[in-house]
Amino acid sequence: MHYHWDWGVFFKPTGVGSEIYLNWFVSGLMMTLGVALSAWVIALVLGTVLGVMRSLPGKIASRIAGAYVDLFRNVPLLVQLFVWYYVIPDWLPDNLSNWLKQDISPVTNAFITVTVCLGLFTAARVCEQVRTGIQALPKGQSNAGLALGLPLAQVYRHVLLPQAFRIIIPPLTSEFLNIIKNSSVASLVALPELLAQTKQLVDFTANQFEAYTVGTLIYFAVNMLLMFFMRWVEKRLRVPGLIALGGK
Amino acid sequence: MLHFSDLQGSLPGLWEGMKVTLQMLIMAVLGGMILGTLLALARLSHNKVLAALGGAYVTYFRSIPLLMVISWFYFAVPLIIGWVTGTNRPIGAFTSCLVAFTMFEAAYYAEIVRAGIQAISRGQMNAAYALGMTYGQTMRLVVLPQAFRKMTPLLLQQSIILFQDTSLVYAVGVLDFFNVAYSKGNITGELQQYILLAGAVYFVISFSASRLVKHLQKRMTV
Repeated sequence: MHYHWDWGVFFKPTGVGSEIYLNWFVSGLMMTLGVALSAWVIALVLGTVLGVMRSLPGKIASRIAGAYVDLFRNVPLLVQLFVWYYVIPDWLPDNLSNWLKQDISPVTNAFITVTVCLGLFTAARVCEQVRTGIQALPKGQSNAGLALGLPLAQVYRHVLLPQAFRIIIPPLTSEFLNIIKNSSVASLVALPELLAQTKQLVDFTANQFEAYTVGTLIYFAVNMLLMFFMRWVEKRLRVPGLIALGGK
Repeated sequence: MLHFSDLQGSLPGLWEGMKVTLQMLIMAVLGGMILGTLLALARLSHNKVLAALGGAYVTYFRSIPLLMVISWFYFAVPLIIGWVTGTNRPIGAFTSCLVAFTMFEAAYYAEIVRAGIQAISRGQMNAAYALGMTYGQTMRLVVLPQAFRKMTPLLLQQSIILFQDTSLVYAVGVLDFFNVAYSKGNITGELQQYILLAGAVYFVISFSASRLVKHLQKRMTV
């Protein structure tokens, strides 16, 4: 079997404007990071709310959050994405549904869909981490807060959550890295993110090995950079005396 | 809204798809665990080169998306097999996916196995050595049986994740359960129903399996 190696392929023109193939990787990476960051905002906000609900003494709030986690953790991400993409738009009110399907471009539509899907999917994981973080704190912390006369909401805001978040930085980091990796499923609903751009390059050039090697290395490099950065952040924010409880 | 015109007629096809999914799952779990155990042993070995190679493998595969591995292997596995054997035999998407899952999941299993081995107290190994056992015997007869018992729940949990991840073979056209459901939906014009049906089936299986694992975890605590 003959394979024509050509590592210079990335600097060849694509035939679209004045772009070279390397531009596709850059735009793909930007799209991947854009969708990952937007989804992360949703995941963090919703996940924190759910995590707090899980740790509350009341049964109802805890059950609702628990059901959410069970639902979103037991359906494959791809199936969830297709539900958001093919099913939910038809269930929305007409004007919103038309806006998604007609008024905005297909790429914007895919971007919004993937963001919501990844955000809600990851929120279930963040919820579990936040709960673990809160439960890892000594009971005395919330008791002390309550004894000072703080309402429960303020105990969470000023006492429990600030400490819990510092403990769970390592698992949250890996959830963020997971969002970046998971965002590759967006290639299946035609969002031009890193994997989709890599595949397009394969189709255009027939230099599969080079394209997939570089695409993979970009994911790898982004992961490594973020991991080292978060390790540094984690060291700076360590809660003295509490480190054995968190993370690992 | 959720009306199926001919669900009965689709059931045999869906079942065939589920068989493909389960076949992929079982083979990938077995392959992944074997390779993962070897990787864990490599990482814990005193041989620096071996340990570094094991570590690099695990870090690499944990840093890249599974879907990327599946897409890449779909091209690469047939080519590489062609180069190695010198023949030009097509091997099919199922085999490529199986290789991709096995190699990818091995990195995750390796981390679980490594943690399991490290949780076994040092005295166990020393005792085995003191009895005159070799490294192989110590691992096989003393350390690994205890380690596997401890990590069974985690290994099963990871396998449930793998069960869900098998749906990604849709990307390269393997007719697994999800892909069959999707195609049936496309043909009958009832895509929404079939996607929701597929989601429900995955949910019921994964949810019951993880409940079973939790139950097992409570009973198996050493």
